[in-house]
Amino acid sequence: MTPRPSAIRDASIGEHTGLVGEIAAHFGLEGYLTAVQSTKDGIPTIWIEKHRLRETLRYIKSEIPRPFPMLFDLSATDERLRQHHDGLPIGTFTVFYHLFSFDRNQSLRIKVALDGEALALPSIIDLWPNADWYEREIFDMFGIRFAGHPFLRRLLMPPWWEGHPLRKDHPSRATEIGQFQLPPERLVMTQDALQFKPEDWGLARTHHDHDSDFDYMFINIGPAHTGTHGVLRLVAQLAGEEIINIVPDIGFHHRSQEKIAERQTWHSFIPYTDRVDYLQGVLNEMPYCLSVERLASITVPPRAQVIRVMMSEFYRIASHLVWYGTFAQDVGALSPVFYMFNDRERILSIAEAICGGRMHPNWFRIGGVAQDLPMGWDKLVQQFVDWFPSRLDDYERLVMDNPIFKQRTVGIGVLSLEDAIAWGATGPMLRACGLPWDLRKVRPYSGYEQFDFEVPVASHGDCYDRAVVHVLELRQSLAIIRQCLNAMPSGPYTSLDPLATPPLKTHTMHDIETLINHFVGVSWGPVLPPGEAEIPTESSKGQTSYYLTSDGTQLSYRTRIRTPSFAHIQMVPLMARGELLSDLLAVLGSVDYVLSDVDR
Amino acid sequence: MIDWSHTALTIGVILGGALTLAGLLIWVERRLLGIWQERYGPNRLGPGGCLQSLADMIKIFTKEDWIPPFADKAVFVITPAIVVITALMSFAVVPIAPSFVVSDLNMGVLFFLAMSSLAAYSVIIGGWASNSKFAFLGSLRAIAQLLSYEVFMGLSLMGAVLLAGSFNLSDIVDAQQQVWFVVPQFLGFLGFFMAGLAEAHRTPFDMPEAEAELVAGYHSEYSGMKFGMFFVGEYLSVILLSAMTVILFFGGWHGPWLPPVVWFVLKMSAFIVLIILIRATWPRFRFDQLLSFGWKVVMPLALINLLVTGGVVLWKAG
Repeated sequence: MTPRPSAIRDASIGEHTGLVGEIAAHFGLEGYLTAVQSTKDGIPTIWIEKHRLRETLRYIKSEIPRPFPMLFDLSATDERLRQHHDGLPIGTFTVFYHLFSFDRNQSLRIKVALDGEALALPSIIDLWPNADWYEREIFDMFGIRFAGHPFLRRLLMPPWWEGHPLRKDHPSRATEIGQFQLPPERLVMTQDALQFKPEDWGLARTHHDHDSDFDYMFINIGPAHTGTHGVLRLVAQLAGEEIINIVPDIGFHHRSQEKIAERQTWHSFIPYTDRVDYLQGVLNEMPYCLSVERLASITVPPRAQVIRVMMSEFYRIASHLVWYGTFAQDVGALSPVFYMFNDRERILSIAEAICGGRMHPNWFRIGGVAQDLPMGWDKLVQQFVDWFPSRLDDYERLVMDNPIFKQRTVGIGVLSLEDAIAWGATGPMLRACGLPWDLRKVRPYSGYEQFDFEVPVASHGDCYDRAVVHVLELRQSLAIIRQCLNAMPSGPYTSLDPLATPPLKTHTMHDIETLINHFVGVSWGPVLPPGEAEIPTESSKGQTSYYLTSDGTQLSYRTRIRTPSFAHIQMVPLMARGELLSDLLAVLGSVDYVLSDVDR
Repeated sequence: MIDWSHTALTIGVILGGALTLAGLLIWVERRLLGIWQERYGPNRLGPGGCLQSLADMIKIFTKEDWIPPFADKAVFVITPAIVVITALMSFAVVPIAPSFVVSDLNMGVLFFLAMSSLAAYSVIIGGWASNSKFAFLGSLRAIAQLLSYEVFMGLSLMGAVLLAGSFNLSDIVDAQQQVWFVVPQFLGFLGFFMAGLAEAHRTPFDMPEAEAELVAGYHSEYSGMKFGMFFVGEYLSVILLSAMTVILFFGGWHGPWLPPVVWFVLKMSAFIVLIILIRATWPRFRFDQLLSFGWKVVMPLALINLLVTGGVVLWKAG
């Protein structure tokens, strides 16, 4: 329980080098930085006073040399039960801003401690438009208010919900809440909350102009609609068929993954990550396991790394195929989705042979993977690698080269690179705007630096270009799988580190030490040293990261899940405004989102 | 003197044949789509699954016949009947073989056009009577599309009428003994077939029903057998479109060796399969793209075709 002096350095100016020194030197005031935290992931993390937040962020966003134009993530932590303060100025709640610079290829975390009754911060929605939903989410989950936010309402929970779920005193399980009651007045209240009033959504009912005067049409698309691919609700304000505005309503798929993470052991949360984006299987496990391994200082053996890469690329193809087919279906092509689901079926069969699971493989472990590759895996993979390229050629003729498909998607839902960055777009969304930014290339993890592949990029940022990037990525993933197949290293499939869970069974019968480790790790869960780590990875839809805070127990103290779909769905109104209603489906289809990845 | 028994028999055969074929088409389309899409399609009931339509019919007849409380009831109920009636009426002028026709009208082409125009009313008032936004938008799109393509359809088949010198469909077929009109009238054929696809709401012109964004377009609120009528109506218009294409451009019942009826059915089936194949292959146009395609591409081509054909006919007549 003693603070570790190594975790914190004295926060006086002059000692800091690099980025922190730059910022400290600019503001130049004694005591400007209340602390500089050293984290396991090496991301510079500074604590500043609440009243200096906006000027600091403005400086870092635009004035600092080689600025940080992207707000990558924004969330909060309830610190009231935290044991290890490490000498940091921790209050009752901490709000953290994760910024990103492409010029520097660097992240920066800025933390603000909140204390006492007044849980409020100034809003930064004018600096980063995507702070909108993040601030609403914090308000919803923690009850922290943001002064100056124009529309501070609950985002994920229903408007009549009592309490703030991610606070430590909010129950995690339904059984802790007590019996559910629905007295008549509550029934009326919840029913009233469902009434649609355009004003509540910030939408005008009528159009007034010097030469025209008419009522808008409001159309409610979802949460049960064939075109939204899941429980997403979009309220569209229309003038004729032209979209004036769209307000997405999310939260129908919210399962409180972040809350569940606080009651599962580090090891037993892995299956839950599969369900965050249920299309991409192990790609969810990758950022989580990497972060846990960083916290535990575990090195993953080469064979496990390559197995991970191979399965990741298989699931990237599977996820892209679902996107490919449903996108074609959204613009009216009936058949492609069946071909692509058949291909995906082949991938899932390989996954089944290797992992045992299909959509939810639960395959990565802390320190490696669950088991070694089964006998004959190379034949299965070889068959797929030989068979798939000609199918891709067919799809290109059937979908990408089709003149009607082009008519429906070229020049529709155009996103500029500036907007993409300002709204936190990552993955294919960002690359379709012309920035070849792929974490596998610029910040390799799990041995991606050994592989030879290209980062596909397009330039116009419209629906067609997003499709082009996805399609080219399929071939690159196939190339990576081929390299894994040809150069699979030998060696152990999991680390021998005592914190690797579950440890290799073969060693447990030889000495009491490993037996105890095995027993504790499996029954109680591995105990990770206190600290924080976040390793963003390139998942199928963009950058996913798990920001893990360990308080020195077998449970996570706080797990923040940053998902790309959340950021991308927030951009749908931006892309859809001014287009026709039929284009909305093309825009939604091109975004490639999964509702469970939006709501978590 | 009209031979009543012969007429009654012809009516019975054509009516029964068209309705049975429409029912069968539900299965044929699903099965063909299934095979082309690497899956099975309905294959359990009867040989190859051909009794699937029967099971569908039983199901759809016994389903709850729900009329939305917000709908205009009388109009809502009439609409599905209009679809089927107009489609079936058109079959009255379709000559399947020499003298195998219900009514050999001397202006059969015009009758066919009139009926397909009437069918547009079902879409318009069906969407309106549903009193739902999805149905309303779907029906708006349908009106714009049907009205536009109505024009092209009439214009593009006029070339065939000019060449045959008659509005009578049997005469038009007889005029193709030497050469099918698809050869001199290729543009007319393309225009007619496209307009026909649009009239039958088939891909890539299935905008009125645009499955994804408008749920099911103008018939979103229909269920049970009323929905079934729309469904049957769509298949009837597919059959009608194929039959008319064969009559106007592919020589009707003419063909060597086989009896005329067989030739007619064979040619018609080929077009039905082609229409299904188009559905399996192509995405759909966007509503405004479809209109600009119609007015800017199909319309001028149809006009040029008509002008040139008229000129040639006049020049030959000397």
